[in-house]
Amino acid sequence: MAVNRMFRTCPSTGLVYHEPAEKLIRWNAVAAVVSLLVGGILALLVTLTRWPAVHLLPPDWFYLVLTAHGLDMLVFWIIFFEIAVLYFCSSVLLRCRLAMPGMAWLGFWLMIVGALVNNVAVFRGDSSVMFTSYAPMGAHPAFYLGLILFAVGALIACFVFFGTLVVAKAERTYNGSVPLVTFGAVTAAIIAVFTIASGAIILIPTFLWSIGLVDYIDSLMYRTVWWAFGHSSQQINVAAHVSVWYAIAAVVFGAKPMSEKVSRTAFFLYICFLQLASAHHLLADPGLTSNWKIFNTSYAMYLAVLASMVHGLTVPGAIEVAQREKGFNRGLFEWLRKAPWSNPSFSAMFMSLIGFGFLGGISGVMMGTEQLNLIIHNTIYVPGHFHATVVVGTTLAFMGLTYFLIPTLFRREMMFPGMAKWQPYVFGLGMMSFSLFMMGAGTLGVPRRHWDMTFAGNALGYEFPGTAYLMMGIMAISGLAAVVGGIMYLLITVGSVFLGKKIQTPDFARVAARDGVAPKPVPQPVAVSHAGIGTAGFVAPGTFVLALVFLTAFVLYYFVNWKYLSTVWPLS
Amino acid sequence: MNNASNESPLDVDDEPVPAMQQILDNPFLLLFIGIAMPTVLYIVWGVMEIVGIPVAK
Ligand code: HEM
Ligand SMILES: [Cu+2]
Repeated sequence: MAVNRMFRTCPSTGLVYHEPAEKLIRWNAVAAVVSLLVGGILALLVTLTRWPAVHLLPPDWFYLVLTAHGLDMLVFWIIFFEIAVLYFCSSVLLRCRLAMPGMAWLGFWLMIVGALVNNVAVFRGDSSVMFTSYAPMGAHPAFYLGLILFAVGALIACFVFFGTLVVAKAERTYNGSVPLVTFGAVTAAIIAVFTIASGAIILIPTFLWSIGLVDYIDSLMYRTVWWAFGHSSQQINVAAHVSVWYAIAAVVFGAKPMSEKVSRTAFFLYICFLQLASAHHLLADPGLTSNWKIFNTSYAMYLAVLASMVHGLTVPGAIEVAQREKGFNRGLFEWLRKAPWSNPSFSAMFMSLIGFGFLGGISGVMMGTEQLNLIIHNTIYVPGHFHATVVVGTTLAFMGLTYFLIPTLFRREMMFPGMAKWQPYVFGLGMMSFSLFMMGAGTLGVPRRHWDMTFAGNALGYEFPGTAYLMMGIMAISGLAAVVGGIMYLLITVGSVFLGKKIQTPDFARVAARDGVAPKPVPQPVAVSHAGIGTAGFVAPGTFVLALVFLTAFVLYYFVNWKYLSTVWPLS
Repeated sequence: MNNASNESPLDVDDEPVPAMQQILDNPFLLLFIGIAMPTVLYIVWGVMEIVGIPVAK
């Protein structure tokens, strides 16, 4: 088969699109947004049920809808979008043809069929096993089969990504090292391969068990291996959204990473250590020793947390330097005040960064500590934490990227630009408040995945304080705000992509391999001088102050929880 | 996109590439590290502990 060498250059961004890559990125992004739509409707139903004053659905529907919400959001929306990001970071950023587009389409269709099969199984009503599908709770075989097909498709996509790196190197479409954003995508793809392999190791036997070919699945074994998949997939998200932060900072501000070396080393720490943190999901399980638990969740994980803090500093730091060089050099925070807050790509990215760090990061380190985990284990604190990471962090970052992609990738003008200005705030602030009040209610012990927090008619009742009900109410109202933000996003994206005004740009043309070779790099001066910006010897003093605020919040919250731990079981 | 006049884009400076950069520039080495570390420290170690739990009589 002849290799497709049709490329086009976007006149406003200079990005180079390979014809099959462009099509695949579009289709994966569209599949992602459709999953988000379904998951969002389900989010509304779950939220209205957990709002004690409304308590919408009956119990069987609640667990069905909760299962579908978790899967459509955290597996299908996120991973379809990530595949689009992987193809973008390889083919587009390296100006290279996508390797094996035929395989990429096979992967895409496997993912589509898998997602459909899994959803059908859940909506039949006999697979309400929730996101984690813990054995010995059994689902319909189609539930596991759908996930396996989806995973195989995603694995193929990862290899298309690695293949594209090989092609780029062979055809010399870049010089030296791949760009930092691509390096972040490499990190995400590596974690994805481990994630999918672990998923296969556990889901294939479970599938065989569901059709009667295997007669026993050990529940602890299931949980241990399942979390190598369930947790690591969250680390794909982290690596992907951090890459998106760097990309948006570069696009909006022309910001250059403060130090390529430091940022790449931080990604390398992710590759080595992030996946070990899977053990924090088993902190309350008997059977595994404290050696295993503490090694994996403390010593190793703190190195990964360190890496996240590095990214959390270098991204705003790079923005600060770029802004100061543009002349916003007064005081500590002029660079931030004069940032383009009405550009939805920027506001989404910045809220993602702050929300991920302050809400998701701090709560994650607290929960990941073996002793403290007991305070909140299986309470609604847990979904509070991960809505801060995967919704405020990943989802909001992906929304920000979408606004950038609509004109350059889909070649459409953005519809409803006025609404787009507000969308990240409605969604982001709604979700931050939602997570915060979930965590508040969880600290008081309100269980997660629970249909009725009043325990009406139960033999062993429990009376939660009024504050817990109040917090669940505020949580639900904030959740509704986030749902409105989600609807705004869907209106803007679907409207623009299907009805937006077409932007006329030069079309695809054949580019021979030798014409795609990257130009010789211009030798750069080794040290870039930042003379004349910043204060007191710091080039980015504002970021430094933000970091101190973060560390203070972190330390205080951490120690308050140790104090709290000593009071949860009064022994006298 | 430019023309083919440049034969080897890499010979601009002949300084040796630092070892760490060589590691980070090799995605397949990184892929190996990223799979081996969690497989050994999390899965294999964890599964060995589970298998070692004595069975109730
Ligand atoms: C408007 C946005 C959203 C709202 C209002 C919302 C609301 C909720 C609520 C109320 C729960 C149930 C908590 C419980 O009872 O245990 C839940 C669970 C969950 N949500 Fe969301 N959510 C939203 C978006 C998302 C997104 C974007 C993702 C993933 C990227 C996500 C992933 C999950 C997962 C994995 C669960 C747990 C399912 C389970 O326990 O099996 N949510 N969500
Ligand atoms: Cu986790």
